[in-house]
Amino acid sequence: MTAITKNNIKKIAQTARNNSLLRITRYTAMRLVTLFLTVMVGIFLTIMIANMGGYVDDIMRAQVREKIISSYQNNKSFQLMGTEDRKALIDAQCAQEENRLGLNTPFVIRSFHYLKNALTLDLGSALFMTSDSGSRQVKLILLERLPATLLLMGVSQLALFILSVLLALSLSRQYGGFWDKLTIALSPTSTAPPWFYGIFLILIFAAVLKILPFSGLVDSPPPADKFAYFLSLMKHLLLPAVSLILSGFFLSIYTWRTFFLIYSSEDYVDMAKAKGVTARDIERRYILRPTMPNIVTSFALTLISVWTGATITETVFIWPGLGRTLYAAIGLYDTPVIVGDTIIFAYLLAMTVFLLDIVYVLIDPRVKVGE
Amino acid sequence: MKTIKRTFKEMMRYPSAVMGMVMIFILIIVAAYAMISIPYSKAIELWRGGEEIWYRYPKNVPPAWSNWFSKEKRSESFAINANEGAYTREVNENRDGSRLITMTYSFDYEFDDFPQDMMFYFTNTFTSKQPFATITWITPDGREIRLGDYRLDAGYVYRFSQDGNLRNKLRGLNPQEALFYDAAGNTAAPVKGTYQITISAVAWEPGDDVNAEFVLHGELYGVAGTDIYRRDLKVALLWGVPIALAFGLLAALGTSILTMLFAAMGAWYGGWVDGLIQRITEVNLVLPFLSILVMIGTFYSRSIWVILGATVVLSIFTGQIKTLRAAFIQVKESTYIEAARAYGASNWRLIVLYLIPRLVPTLIPGLVSSVPTFVFLEASLSVLGLGDPTLPTWGKLINDAFVNGALYKGQYYWILEPAVLLMFTGLAFALLGFALDRIFNPRLREA
Repeated sequence: MTAITKNNIKKIAQTARNNSLLRITRYTAMRLVTLFLTVMVGIFLTIMIANMGGYVDDIMRAQVREKIISSYQNNKSFQLMGTEDRKALIDAQCAQEENRLGLNTPFVIRSFHYLKNALTLDLGSALFMTSDSGSRQVKLILLERLPATLLLMGVSQLALFILSVLLALSLSRQYGGFWDKLTIALSPTSTAPPWFYGIFLILIFAAVLKILPFSGLVDSPPPADKFAYFLSLMKHLLLPAVSLILSGFFLSIYTWRTFFLIYSSEDYVDMAKAKGVTARDIERRYILRPTMPNIVTSFALTLISVWTGATITETVFIWPGLGRTLYAAIGLYDTPVIVGDTIIFAYLLAMTVFLLDIVYVLIDPRVKVGE
Repeated sequence: MKTIKRTFKEMMRYPSAVMGMVMIFILIIVAAYAMISIPYSKAIELWRGGEEIWYRYPKNVPPAWSNWFSKEKRSESFAINANEGAYTREVNENRDGSRLITMTYSFDYEFDDFPQDMMFYFTNTFTSKQPFATITWITPDGREIRLGDYRLDAGYVYRFSQDGNLRNKLRGLNPQEALFYDAAGNTAAPVKGTYQITISAVAWEPGDDVNAEFVLHGELYGVAGTDIYRRDLKVALLWGVPIALAFGLLAALGTSILTMLFAAMGAWYGGWVDGLIQRITEVNLVLPFLSILVMIGTFYSRSIWVILGATVVLSIFTGQIKTLRAAFIQVKESTYIEAARAYGASNWRLIVLYLIPRLVPTLIPGLVSSVPTFVFLEASLSVLGLGDPTLPTWGKLINDAFVNGALYKGQYYWILEPAVLLMFTGLAFALLGFALDRIFNPRLREA
């Protein structure tokens, strides 16, 4: 009797697992398709904004012409040539160059052409900027910068996440205490963006105390020794990372503390307390577990806001990441780089949203997907 | 009216709300003062002006009140002319029609360092022959130093530091410093006391005239200091208030109202309207907000109003629209809506007069707390070099300071002044919004 039931249960569990696996796969595929469509529309909009009414094309044409004319004027071998002949030659060269840059196709076609290129990350070549290895390809320029951004964001956001969850847990235990009240009082400080804190940190630690570097990725010249390089990198990472952490710190502690408080007043928590479950276990199993979806959501939302928010922090700290590249591209009017940077950001955001969806399903058994 | 009164009464119970309101009130007063004392067109003209407007100002000096914090008193800038300072003017007519004009300028010098420079700005009129002047410097201990004799053109500018003859006379020392040494030539500190400068000028013909303004460029200036272009930071600090308030409030209001409207429309009509709004929200979530603003600023216009519009449009379709939509769907089922529908109210009437007012109270705290976000956004764009090119704003001050390496050169006041004002504004709205949140959402109060 018992054996049969056990067998049955096993079987049911097996089919249920298979079912849910299928469901999750189907759900993931669906989400991927919709997200891809979303990204496509987003990137198309980006391109439209970047090149609305061909305004950018005009700038590019003018630049092409200026460059060619000056190159002819500076070249001694063309000085004996007649004005008319030289003008014809310049016109021909301009037409060729415009052709090369794809300026002669109609706007709509050009936009879709740009879209296809953007989706396949074929971001064209930059007008003025070059990568450190000397390439003109926007993709290479940006990929070269991506690790720096990922390092800064990864370190600061993970630290922020772990620190604030842990602190919030301990705060929710001593509700109404001094530290609790202090955190509530300080939570409005999160309205200031990270670069704002960055300025103060630079002022205090670099300008006045002179113990940390003002900006940059590593010392100049970069240390040859690997360990010394790592140390130098950490030294430079400290201030931008701290400013990113500081900007979100009190608000996220406050939000999570509120969540934890709401959940720790549930009946089952009281029940567990009455049973004599240790405080550690109550936190881990009865409070953290049900709040996990909320925690992940708010973590992902901060990530989304911070992806682009780091642009100025990187600029202020001259951190050679994507944001700093965007700043440099603005200064040079380097359209392909600006558009490419935006597209990379759009992809990063979409990936964050996608991961959030998956993680959500994994940690919250109440979310039934694909039904 | 009653609810407003009640809310207000409840707000008075929260110290943070009271403080926030007081701070916002101060900001509004300052904004009004700025707009009245320096009209808009004049502010722009001043801020874009060059040497011709700002000649009386020293370059890159901290505010005068920084003296309060140091033992060593640094020299403050000032000007002496017919309207300000100790100035006398005496005119003696000669028999041949020429006139002897004697002007004396006296000032107390109680500082521990030397000025950046000193100069006379002459405004002369003459028919054929330039007037002629002798300038004499009288120290507090009574020594008279004749600086030299000068022929005066119409807009003659005499700079102490550029006078080669005077420098030779002072054995190669900087005139703006050597003139303050004591009789023994002690170079450590200036002699304190009342200095006097006299100009005796001869105007040769009856209609001729000589006037001069004395300007001392010290190491400090005014209430806010100056920047690298000699501009008085006070102008930008003052005008930054109304601009920041206008941008922050308009963006917050516009975003909240439009978000609400779209959420209500989605909830009310359902079907494809709802679907479209949802899809737009999803697309908007993957659009990198700041990068798009950067593109608009770079390619189209840096006008603050264009950026404001773009900010509002991009901020409508965010996560909030989903929360609101869920709330509206609940409200939609209420009986009073049904009653309104029964008497034949139109869709628009239902949305605007019945649906939206229901959720306004829950939206107010968010509105107030989002103001600082937009104020900082404007500053952020300025720091990227995408601020409105004509307007003086706090963000542009920070950008100017950063570009000119103020932190490296130790000109902290240049960054700290706008930063403190930004912080003040942000804090004011954040405090108020925070308290409002606790009043309108009582669930937070217990937790």
